[in-house]
Amino acid sequence: MIHKFEIEGTKIVLDVNSGTVHVMDAAAWDVVDDFRVLSEEEIIAKHARKYHPEEVREVLAEISRLVTEGTLLAEDSYTGGVPVYDAPPVVKSICLNVSHDCNLRCSYCFAGSGHFGGNRTLMTFETGCQAIDFLLAQSAGRRHCELDFFGGEPLMNIETVRKLVSYGKTRAAGKKKEIKFTLTTNALLLNDEITDFLNSENISVVLSLDGRPAVNDAMRAMAGTGRGSYALIRPKITSFVNSRNNENYFVRGTFTRYNLDFSRDALHLADLGYRYISVEPVVGSPAEDWSIKEGDLPEIFNEYETLTGEYLRRMKEDRPFEFFHFNLDLNNGPCIPKRLSGCGAGHEYMAVTPEGDLYPCHQFVGREQFLLGNVLNGVTNMELVNKFRQAHIYNKEKCRSCWARFHCGGGCHANAELANATIMEPYHIGCELEKKRLECAIYTQVLKAGYNEI
Amino acid sequence: MSKHIKTVNKLNLQETVKKGGCGECQASCQSACKTSCTVGNQVCAK
Repeated sequence: MIHKFEIEGTKIVLDVNSGTVHVMDAAAWDVVDDFRVLSEEEIIAKHARKYHPEEVREVLAEISRLVTEGTLLAEDSYTGGVPVYDAPPVVKSICLNVSHDCNLRCSYCFAGSGHFGGNRTLMTFETGCQAIDFLLAQSAGRRHCELDFFGGEPLMNIETVRKLVSYGKTRAAGKKKEIKFTLTTNALLLNDEITDFLNSENISVVLSLDGRPAVNDAMRAMAGTGRGSYALIRPKITSFVNSRNNENYFVRGTFTRYNLDFSRDALHLADLGYRYISVEPVVGSPAEDWSIKEGDLPEIFNEYETLTGEYLRRMKEDRPFEFFHFNLDLNNGPCIPKRLSGCGAGHEYMAVTPEGDLYPCHQFVGREQFLLGNVLNGVTNMELVNKFRQAHIYNKEKCRSCWARFHCGGGCHANAELANATIMEPYHIGCELEKKRLECAIYTQVLKAGYNEI
Repeated sequence: MSKHIKTVNKLNLQETVKKGGCGECQASCQSACKTSCTVGNQVCAK
């Protein structure tokens, strides 16, 4: 299976099953689809008006060599079953909701202003310790574990965060493991003291800011006053980013159908001097006015191309920024087992509420039918764990025939469930956006490698 | 030397089943996204 696409005149072919990327000239681009379907003579006859027979023979010889190498029109060896899924599940990563409260009231928040439909509570140190013990035990032979402090707003419970980092490091070292800590914050409570703590503990931080002031303030209002948050948050993020030499962070924004021209927001963040940027489509009920609609897709696709052009231009001008969704390592990316497990929600990755309840991921928190267990008693709903584990690309009908399946890992389960009431059918709009981003990401890699001209 | 096709990367994903699956890499949702699963842009930890 191949996927052909063209950006700015560069004809790119992704060989889906091998992961190889080729750039083709017009003749190869036209002929490659016929290689498995027609005989050599039929192909020559079909393209006779456009290409000389000798040229078609040259193309066919090149295609034939690549097919023999296994880098073009490669077969998929694992459609009948995936051997890596025989072992028991291992939880290696948790999202620790240390606060089910928030000091912002973002209109699109999947946590329903921080409380996920429940009470506004903070996690105790004791429950956090149980979550860490759960992670270290369930991660079995894995050396590297991950813990993201999340919420609500985790800085509303900073003292517990401090103590848990210390506890986690000590407990992990005792088991010859390492916990990589991250923290996702709206930055409102960031101060010098917290900044020093996050820097000295080498904690990766995701800072939320949607982009231009009006765009941010339309969705991200302060609790209580209802005023926009940009003016307060932007200086704090800048100060924080400078304090760590512009490294080990992401400034992350959300775009909705209110700012379909989101490339301007990504570039606004870049103009503020932020190097690591992610701007992502909003997730929510299709009934919401701000949610992305099918009819918005063409405009969004154009925006991704606009952003791609500017991303490349700034790279050339030696003032680069990283856009999370354009990051792609074509030579040393993840293995097939990783690409199958996707985000790992529900079996490798779980979210923990302030009460210690376990859910498949942060977005499922509060959807009671997805309760997996508790950090004290462990996972009690193994049936649900297995359901998530089996929801991989080979078991989902739409994914099996999709060219992007080894890059998206089957998409976001929470989005799928929200849109289709099942994790087995991916969220269509999410898929379309993912595919466009992927094309742009591959194109940027092709240009970085200097292969745009042939 | 290819005249009509330039190959950008040398990769055979299917082969990675044999040596992959160590699970030491980062969970994709922990890096930045939290809302838009993207696995192909994660880094192999080996």
